[in-house]
Amino acid sequence: MKTTEILEKLPYSHPFHFVDELLSIDENGVTGTYTFSKDLDFYKGHFKDHPVTPGVILTETMAQIGMVCLGIYLLGELDANTSGHVMLTSTAIDFTKPVFPGEKVTVISEKVYFRFKKLHCKVEMQNQAGEIVCKGTLSGMVTTRLHG
Amino acid sequence: MNKEELILRLKPIVDTYAQDKAAMENLNDHTDFIKDLHINSANLVDLVLDIEEQFDIEIDNTSMEKMLTIGAAIEIIQEKINTNDR
Repeated sequence: MKTTEILEKLPYSHPFHFVDELLSIDENGVTGTYTFSKDLDFYKGHFKDHPVTPGVILTETMAQIGMVCLGIYLLGELDANTSGHVMLTSTAIDFTKPVFPGEKVTVISEKVYFRFKKLHCKVEMQNQAGEIVCKGTLSGMVTTRLHG
Repeated sequence: MNKEELILRLKPIVDTYAQDKAAMENLNDHTDFIKDLHINSANLVDLVLDIEEQFDIEIDNTSMEKMLTIGAAIEIIQEKINTNDR
């Protein structure tokens, strides 16, 4: 499956779409990027007068690129006629550096296993300087329906 | 491996994922992983991966679908161990 096809299959739209580009994808992992626009609504409140990207949004960005895109790809490899969704089931992430409005991040995800429809990945996010801003593990169930 | 020994090795694995500790106390063949122990589908996968490692067996998709209760799990583990020994 081509990266453009995967991006078209993503079930997200503004203001909850956190994938710009997929640089590479294969059965072992995926690398993709996203730039946090300064206009994103949550910056108004997180925090008052001091905008920083919330950890949950960084986690979501890692999940959309590192798990959902990979899950759609893996299910497409198994069965080209079905389209996959990924239901997030667990996260364990450490945050090391803040991500400010306007920053571009790169998410690198490595498949640990994909068995019995559960996808478990090691994921990290880097800023433009190549520094790790957060890393950890994510897992989800790959399903053919949006609500599991 | 007899059934008692198997249960002895299976119990700690199940306990790691069981949410309902009262049902865990009354564990029997009919105990349902999802309905009684309240294990979600994602953790059920991890439980099965732990079983594979503990008993050095491989669970296929068909067996996974049958693995709904303690009794079914014991049967599948015994069957796989016997196949390994042959």
